[in-house]
Amino acid sequence: MREPATVAHTAFVNGIALWAPRIPGWNLAAPVLRGEAAAAHQPAPRPVPAVLAPTERRRAPDTVAIALEVAARACESAGADPRDLASVFACTEGDLAISDYMSEMLVRTPTLISPTRFHNSVHNAAAGYWCIGTGCMQPYTALSAHTDTFGEGMLEALVQAQSAGRPTLLVAYDIEARGPLSTMAHSKGMVGAGAVVSPRAGAASLARIRWRAVHGTRRTAPLGRNAELVAGNAMAACLPFFEAIALEEARTVRFGLSPTMLLEMEFDFPTRNEGSSP
Amino acid sequence: MKPLRVTGHSIACAAGIGQQALATALHARASGLRPNDFSEHPLATWIGRVAGVEDVRLPDHLMEWDCRNNRLAWLALNADGFLERAAAVRSRYGADRVALIVGTSTSSIGATEEAYRRLLPDGQYPEDLRRPIVHTPHSLGDFVRAALGLEGIVVTVGTACSSSAKVFAQAERLLELGLVDAAVVGGVDSLCGSVLFGFNSLELVSPDPCRPFDIARRGISIGEAGGFALLERDGERGPWLLGYGESSDAHHMSSPHPEGLGARLAMVAALERAGLTPDAVNYINMHGTASQKNDEVEAQVVASLFPATTRASSTKGWTGHALGAAGILESVITFAAMEMGFAPGTLNARELDPSCGPQIRVLNEAADIRVALSNSFGFGGSNCSLLFGRGRDA
Repeated sequence: MREPATVAHTAFVNGIALWAPRIPGWNLAAPVLRGEAAAAHQPAPRPVPAVLAPTERRRAPDTVAIALEVAARACESAGADPRDLASVFACTEGDLAISDYMSEMLVRTPTLISPTRFHNSVHNAAAGYWCIGTGCMQPYTALSAHTDTFGEGMLEALVQAQSAGRPTLLVAYDIEARGPLSTMAHSKGMVGAGAVVSPRAGAASLARIRWRAVHGTRRTAPLGRNAELVAGNAMAACLPFFEAIALEEARTVRFGLSPTMLLEMEFDFPTRNEGSSP
Repeated sequence: MKPLRVTGHSIACAAGIGQQALATALHARASGLRPNDFSEHPLATWIGRVAGVEDVRLPDHLMEWDCRNNRLAWLALNADGFLERAAAVRSRYGADRVALIVGTSTSSIGATEEAYRRLLPDGQYPEDLRRPIVHTPHSLGDFVRAALGLEGIVVTVGTACSSSAKVFAQAERLLELGLVDAAVVGGVDSLCGSVLFGFNSLELVSPDPCRPFDIARRGISIGEAGGFALLERDGERGPWLLGYGESSDAHHMSSPHPEGLGARLAMVAALERAGLTPDAVNYINMHGTASQKNDEVEAQVVASLFPATTRASSTKGWTGHALGAAGILESVITFAAMEMGFAPGTLNARELDPSCGPQIRVLNEAADIRVALSNSFGFGGSNCSLLFGRGRDA
């Protein structure tokens, strides 16, 4: 009665964005991931969430700043209007700075909690600000899956794209842990990963993928030379997706979906002409 | 969409543990709300606290996940024979062919709050709370995975108060694409300082038991709940998921769109996905939090979309607002209403707000409910409406 656990679908990566302190942007990151250039020595300052009103930009929590940066760049790269895209926001730990603030305030001065910081504490804060800033009324979701957050986020974006037959935006990000919580939730620096995936090729598709969910435990690790670029961040597991695209070589990459399940993505790189026909 | 059958479900909330207890409380108009006796610091409000969560003892092999939220999850898993039903589905399809998708707004942040209260002099967590899994949002999903022995797709959704409604939509897509043969969906949110004092900071908590849609409503009563549902392509018994609709307000983080555009989009999308018109809907379980804005906007949208024959009510006067668990809690209430032939009214409402149309009912009524809609709207403007049917064809 069991169907094979290998139903496979085809999707295209129509847009991409990556931000980490020493590779702040895809154009800077791609040659570094290929081993053709060195990463910056100095970490970049926090990105500015330009889709927000000027007064909101500085007050935005780190999760919102990093998520909105890669969301906007991924849409730009795909040539897509943000208002047209349903989105999936994936974050392992949520806003660790606000969790530390809330827990600290609750010990002695709970009635002095800032209402803004409270409503920014929800796991979907970045998604909410993205829709407010861009005027997008398409559905979004926000999820987490501990060490498998990138895999689950990518799976949900691919599933939504396939199911609705239209491009979907994935935004995956984690920030640095603060205070006593940092002894339990381990995350350093700030990493943001964005992609627009679609069942159809776009004008500037970067890759074609065959994807499926398979039983297994062997996740793809970042290449040795690149691992330090995202080391310690809770979203570090995203890097093999970007390495595959930077290298433009056919390869298979696996991300965790749970302790015993994997998202398997076979990348190939048809030429632009081939890529534009489904 | 192809309807999916809800072949099992369970509930634990302030108004009762198990569907029968909840239905009895609904019939008797017996509220589960009580004066706040939960927070360490005083806060004059009423809460929907589930009796006995503190006394739950998890099995030894699940003690790594021990915390209030996962104890409440365990109560819900053990209610209504859900553990046995889930085990049967697991063996029928295989542990890797059953997805697990659960929603929560704060997961087990209560354990993190406790660690901060009991920090050791050197700033370290107390030893019994040095368990990273209960200090991460996926605590809930990972606990239920371990409790049910599932081995497939496992994910925790966090879209505030729409979380455990959106899990039905996510599961439907996985089933439609053939990635899984069944799904366990649900949600759990438990009382904690963050939500009590957080909603207090926004001046949204009511000093009295909440009075949804009442002209003199003064805010929400925060509750806690856990619940689960099994979704399959078909089965021997159970209601059907006929449609769902999701949207974003694109307006404000903690206040709904003034004309309810996002809420309207979600309700219309649910009807369209089911191929139904508004007059097919016999009952709507409203989001109805008893906050000033939500109730006004939601009532206006329902008045403009649905005929007077559609009954609508908020059941939060019985349960409190269970936040990320509201979606599953109120789905189970619609299942009970369809099964038992009655439409719950709106407990604690006395004089309805002028924004209410003829749909909003205060009193319980006997009614033949074939199709029911459940609304869940969250902070960040995240909306989800679920459409259920007693039969496959409305």
